[in-house]
Amino acid sequence: MDAILNPFESIGKFILKTINDLGSIVIYMGEALLSIPRYRINFNNLIEQMIFIGMDSFYVVGLTGFFTGMVLSLQAYYAAKVVGVTYMIGPTVTLAMTRELGPVLTALMITARCGSSMASEIGTMKVTEQIDALEVMAVDPYYYLAVPRILAAIIMLPIMAILCSLIGIIGGYVVYAYFLGLNHVTYIEKIYQYINLGDIYGGLLKSVFFGAILATISTFKGFETTGGAKGIGKFTTQAVVLSSICILLADYLFTSILF
Amino acid sequence: MITLYQLSKSFNGKKVLDNLNMRFKERRITVIIGRSGGGKSVMLKHIIGLIKPDSGRVLIDGIDMNTLKKKELNEIRKKFGMVFQDGALFDSLSVFENVAFPLRQHLNLPEEDIRYKVYSILNDVGLNGHESKMPSEISGGMRKRVAVARALILNPEIMLFDEPTTGLDPIMSDVINNLVVSMHDKFKFTGIIISHDIKGAYKTGDEIAMLYNGKIIEVGTPEEFKDSKNPIINQFVSGSMNGPIIL
Ligand SMILES: Nc1ncnc2c1ncn2[C@@H]1O[C@H](COP(=O)(O)OP(=O)(O)O)[C@@H](O)[C@H]1O
Ligand SMILES: [Mg+2]
Repeated sequence: MDAILNPFESIGKFILKTINDLGSIVIYMGEALLSIPRYRINFNNLIEQMIFIGMDSFYVVGLTGFFTGMVLSLQAYYAAKVVGVTYMIGPTVTLAMTRELGPVLTALMITARCGSSMASEIGTMKVTEQIDALEVMAVDPYYYLAVPRILAAIIMLPIMAILCSLIGIIGGYVVYAYFLGLNHVTYIEKIYQYINLGDIYGGLLKSVFFGAILATISTFKGFETTGGAKGIGKFTTQAVVLSSICILLADYLFTSILF
Repeated sequence: MITLYQLSKSFNGKKVLDNLNMRFKERRITVIIGRSGGGKSVMLKHIIGLIKPDSGRVLIDGIDMNTLKKKELNEIRKKFGMVFQDGALFDSLSVFENVAFPLRQHLNLPEEDIRYKVYSILNDVGLNGHESKMPSEISGGMRKRVAVARALILNPEIMLFDEPTTGLDPIMSDVINNLVVSMHDKFKFTGIIISHDIKGAYKTGDEIAMLYNGKIIEVGTPEEFKDSKNPIINQFVSGSMNGPIIL
């Protein structure tokens, strides 16, 4: 009987823990956002984070976008060929990239790359008493460490998402024009014809929220860290998993509201 | 004036501080001795409000630390400097930037003034020439000295030291003990030092207090401690495993 119930018990525990976490994170997010207008922003710190989230993530995000666009173009071709609408491949790739895959894949890649390092960096500071040292020096650690990261993520995610989408469209174009040997003018023309700015704005709006989600959760998990080197590993993993789940969940909610 | 009044704190059902009472003399150095894991760091963290007591009070100049709002607490904390057990230096900042950190956060000084202050305090702790190194590039003794410099830079009224000599060789321990004494002569802070280095305690302390079973069981000058009739203190001072202390 136990063997049957155990998996359910652990699923239940997982759900309870996730909900509990989410509650604390919402409170934490509120506090972090409220503390923004109370203090002056440290621009050096903010720019450093923006470079880390943006410029330094360019290759990962670009490659992800490029291959995704290529695959989309190829898959769309198999379907479109059957009904003879291969001219719709361009708009299909563009729509998928700008509305969904650009924002979501960018957010997931940046979670893996930057969310994990936010959590482990702050986690290390927590277990080596550097966070305590900040508090003792009358510096609010949430403001000093969390606010620039959250702001930087909110600013950079839409920019990276639009780059990802653009590179994805180029990837689709490469497959369309060179591998499939179709007319490249059609690809571009049909994109202009079928895509409107609303599709792009929707994706950008999502990205803003994804940035807030991943940076808030990752810094939160950093501050929660206890238990030495092992704890840092554990909480970093939790940061990435929880951020990813929340991004996918938020994506569904946004899509059902926005489009 | 720092007063601890009937302070109690438990972690996971285990009593670490148990109705602890203590009064620290102003402008003097008090050394708290006690066994590892005995709650010395917990007591120190109560004084600066990093840990909240289950019951009892921490009074700084008559103000109860635990009734304060965040802003008021931060004002009070500017009176303090604290040296953590492992230094707690910011490992992403150089020695110079670590020491300059409190200045940059709290005072709007021109860069030359910051440089002047940082260089002069680094000189005081015997670290000129190392300002551009990262914390990972310097020895444990040097890290402790950087931590002391960082804690002193705003000229605090109260200095808290958590085991400043633990993990150092005997000669470096002596260097740090001398540094604490000379800095005290220069800056005249109220000093609270946690230690289990009894030799260092005699050297640096105007008063010594022993924490045992969550209470301060005796307070006295180094001479009074040496001549103590209390068998617990005799056992601790002589460093013997035989005696009334339950292991
Ligand atoms: N934040 C904490 N959470 C749980 N237990 C703690 C915490 N801080 C200290 N303790 C426990 O309190 C006891 C006293 O610790 P501490 O004050 O660090 O001892 P020491 O006298 O060596 O400085 C230890 O048993 C430690 O495990
Ligand atoms: Mg300790």
